[in-house]
Amino acid sequence: MTVIFGVFLLTLLVITALAIVRTENLFVAVMLMGIASLLIAANFFILDAADVALTEAAVGAGISTVLFLGALALTNAQERSTTSRKLLSTIVVVAATLVLIFATFDKPEFGDPNSPVQTHVSPWYLEKTPEYIDIPNVVTAVLGSYRGYDTLGEVFVVFTAGIGVLFLLGANPGVGAGQQAREINSGLRHHLIPRVVGRLLIPFIILFGLYVQFHGEYGPGGGFQAGAIIAAGIILYALLEGEKRALEVMPQKFLLGMMAAGGLIYGGVGVVCMVLGGNFLDYSVLSSNPVKGQQMGIILIEAGVGIAVTGTLLSIFHAFAARER
Amino acid sequence: MAMFLDVLSWILLTLGGISVLIGGLGALRMPDLYTRMHAASVTDSLGAILVLTGAMLQAGLTLATIKLAAILLFLLLTSPTSSYALASAALIAGTKPLSEREQPEGGKQ
Repeated sequence: MTVIFGVFLLTLLVITALAIVRTENLFVAVMLMGIASLLIAANFFILDAADVALTEAAVGAGISTVLFLGALALTNAQERSTTSRKLLSTIVVVAATLVLIFATFDKPEFGDPNSPVQTHVSPWYLEKTPEYIDIPNVVTAVLGSYRGYDTLGEVFVVFTAGIGVLFLLGANPGVGAGQQAREINSGLRHHLIPRVVGRLLIPFIILFGLYVQFHGEYGPGGGFQAGAIIAAGIILYALLEGEKRALEVMPQKFLLGMMAAGGLIYGGVGVVCMVLGGNFLDYSVLSSNPVKGQQMGIILIEAGVGIAVTGTLLSIFHAFAARER
Repeated sequence: MAMFLDVLSWILLTLGGISVLIGGLGALRMPDLYTRMHAASVTDSLGAILVLTGAMLQAGLTLATIKLAAILLFLLLTSPTSSYALASAALIAGTKPLSEREQPEGGKQ
């Protein structure tokens, strides 16, 4: 059954991808990319990768679509037609496709128990997590503790991306952001239905984000997904009530602080671990009981991740919106 | 009783599937955007209600039923809103509904 669903979803994905390539209207392309993200998220889900599916749905289908639309509002919605070098690009694409198809011949069978993925470190993670960390969701244990350095790197990537966008868009946070926002459209105030429904839903969206954040140890979820969901809730508020109201609740300065604070909390936990006599990001020393220490460490760094992602996404959104005057 | 519920849920699921199919066909075949949205709303409203109610009967009194009910409530709130947003965006962008006098050229499409 999984295979049938998988083939169905992947076929739809290929059709969507072809449609994205063929369309010349960029609004259509953005919508189709949202659909593609949702399809691949469904595919991750039927392969039991609920954490990845949640991330893909929240970031790929949710936030990226909004950010792309924000970017499109600044540029032209029609793709500039480029007819030159078509032959060269076709050759490159065909060659890359052939290489990829050739590479698939070496891939293990679907669900092969002897594939390296199943035999390398996964059994160790699955066996030792109850003993060392004792949380039901092994993915969170891997992400937060065993591969804590990688996740720290990801937080820095998010931070760097946010800084890069803010530099490129020339937003002047702190000084002029409040004044800039004053002149921006006042949202959808005259549209009654979206406002009423949005007001109903925003608290639940943020509540769900917090649930995803703090339930990450027990079920699918964690800082990245939660950050995207909470940011989506606040972006919805900004769209409905206008930029200004949203910036009054969470000023740009505060968002910048969140961006930096997320990484600092994460790195700070690592430094505290070192001060207490352990290795960097070795949470076992945080408490007298090593297992409790690990759980504490994971909750703390997940909070850092969530804060960093929320701050970065909202800063990027406001940076786009501030240019739209 | 269990048998009855099972049959009822499958009837609901089948009807839901049929209404989703009708909605899909309508979205493909209707002449202009507004009638197409009208057809697609069959999927959103009737299809979603029937399929989710059928699934709830399958799940019985469990946590899954509560989750399905929450999804149904969410859909019933959001799909009219998105329909409203789509229609109003189309109207602002200048898409006029077809009137009786100006039939689309070529009859069908």
